[in-house]
Amino acid sequence: MTTQSNPLPESFDSPGVAPAVLSATRPFYWSVRRELCEYRSIYIAPLAVAAVTVFGFLIATIGRALSVDDLARRRAILEEPTHFAMAVIMLTTLIVGIFYSLDALHGERRDRSILFWKSLPVSDLTTVLSKASIPLVVLPLITVALTVATQWIMLLLSSLALMGSGMSVATLWTPPSLVRMSLMLLYHMVTVHVLWHAPIYCWLLLVSGWARRAPFLWAALPPAAICVLEKIAFNTQHFYSLLEYRLAGGPEAVTMPGMSPLNPMTHLTPGHFLGSPGLWIGLAFAAAFLAAAVRLRRYRGPL
Amino acid sequence: MTVIEARGLRKAFGTTVALDGLDLRVEEGRILGLIGPNGAGKTTALNAILGLTPYQGELKVLGRDPWSERDQLMRDVSFIADVAVLPRWIRVSELLDYVAGVHPRFDRAKAQAFLAKTTIQAASKVRELSKGMVAQLHLALVMSIDARLLVLDEPTLGLDILYRKQFYDSLLNDYFDRSRTILVTTHQVEEVQHVLTDLMFINRGRIVFRCSMEEFESRYLEVTVNPAQAAAARALRPMHERQVLGRSVLLFDQADRRQLASLGDVRTPSIADLFVAVLGDKPSQPTGTAGQGAAQ
Repeated sequence: MTTQSNPLPESFDSPGVAPAVLSATRPFYWSVRRELCEYRSIYIAPLAVAAVTVFGFLIATIGRALSVDDLARRRAILEEPTHFAMAVIMLTTLIVGIFYSLDALHGERRDRSILFWKSLPVSDLTTVLSKASIPLVVLPLITVALTVATQWIMLLLSSLALMGSGMSVATLWTPPSLVRMSLMLLYHMVTVHVLWHAPIYCWLLLVSGWARRAPFLWAALPPAAICVLEKIAFNTQHFYSLLEYRLAGGPEAVTMPGMSPLNPMTHLTPGHFLGSPGLWIGLAFAAAFLAAAVRLRRYRGPL
Repeated sequence: MTVIEARGLRKAFGTTVALDGLDLRVEEGRILGLIGPNGAGKTTALNAILGLTPYQGELKVLGRDPWSERDQLMRDVSFIADVAVLPRWIRVSELLDYVAGVHPRFDRAKAQAFLAKTTIQAASKVRELSKGMVAQLHLALVMSIDARLLVLDEPTLGLDILYRKQFYDSLLNDYFDRSRTILVTTHQVEEVQHVLTDLMFINRGRIVFRCSMEEFESRYLEVTVNPAQAAAARALRPMHERQVLGRSVLLFDQADRRQLASLGDVRTPSIADLFVAVLGDKPSQPTGTAGQGAAQ
């Protein structure tokens, strides 16, 4: 990850190049890089999963597609793995994001390196924001970029295979449909995985900064306990439904590309999504959890 | 110029009082040793100075409030809080990249020059380095930061004698100058004796003794006397007396050297001897009258 190249200009100390902006963004940029350096699984895990799906596509799907004569069926066989690749990459980054968030503010206290990080001129706000940006910015970007790359590689491979066997590539699914699927994916990631799930990741970050041990249990057990208590005390399941709705993706859950047989573009309802109170309440919770995490990092030392 | 100014610093953990109205003043260009028994409040005092812990009372470090302005303060302050706090997963080259990225006063070339004198490889991960090498690496980083205050809390704990000596030698030769200030705590007092310019003893959350090393060397004398001269020596009102191999060792504050020389062998005491004299033989007991006197 770390090469000698330095994408930011070395003019940090020279006046006149908006030093205020640089001094604010530079520690943030390096903090994010540091996270990628420490948690290499952030990009290695989805890369490995993408490589495996391409490999599987190459050895299994193409052969099967070539042996089929019916054009529509061949197209379906070739198209199916592109949905599969998207789903497994998304699942991988989801799992990586959860485990990353649970460890982000816990690991540095566990190995005492927080004493080193705090000896540098990086504020707790910058640190916490850089850690929050991993599940909320970096992982969604990786998901979209990697999925799009995987799908184009699959398209390219099947075109080559069909041409090699003297078949027409005209019946393949087309780049316009791929582009549409990519846009759908981007929309789905931004609405569901970033905006709707933000309070979940921020909650995990807060717990990782608070818990002395077992952050996973501290993150999962209190909500479970509330569900059980509510059931016992009032015989209702409001909190459970709330959690389920949040985890499932809320109003835009149906925008998962490939899930709907209809033209998915007609399902996008950004107006409805932006108008739903659940989104804004969730974001308010996310902000509160982050603010608490920043404050906690100031107080907490090594474990 | 005052680098650290603390007045009435207080900090309690539950019912345990770690800092009990600590007053501290450190001027620029000094190397101050903060010596105290375990649990005296050394680390808590340093943590307050470094903005790692909240406190009550007044504290200014380089004119800033460390608790609310830690990130700003860290441009001018470096610290080694403990041995082995460098992240174990990081490569040496990545560590240099990162510090160069976030610290405006870090001189990467300088750090590389320091590291070239060691056996540390740029491609090594910290977890592959020995404890002594990690300390060398951390010192190389810290010495390459153009800071005004360097705080070291037990920086050589657990290192062998060669590394310890090297650590303080390079600190003096390659880093310290009159515009910098160093604050160090350690239990290995004898090793820092020749390094320090100032000395402070801390006990039960208070500074119980302070003096410069010049003062230390001119004021305090230790005389070893045979039992026959012991009574005569005691008449001169020593601060402290201990028995070594059947002879008495007496420590005096501002005594006449010639008078003492007539009684036995006179020498400058070690910091450890003075420490015992000031704090009493039992560190858990309240400070004795000798300590009170010396603190004036």
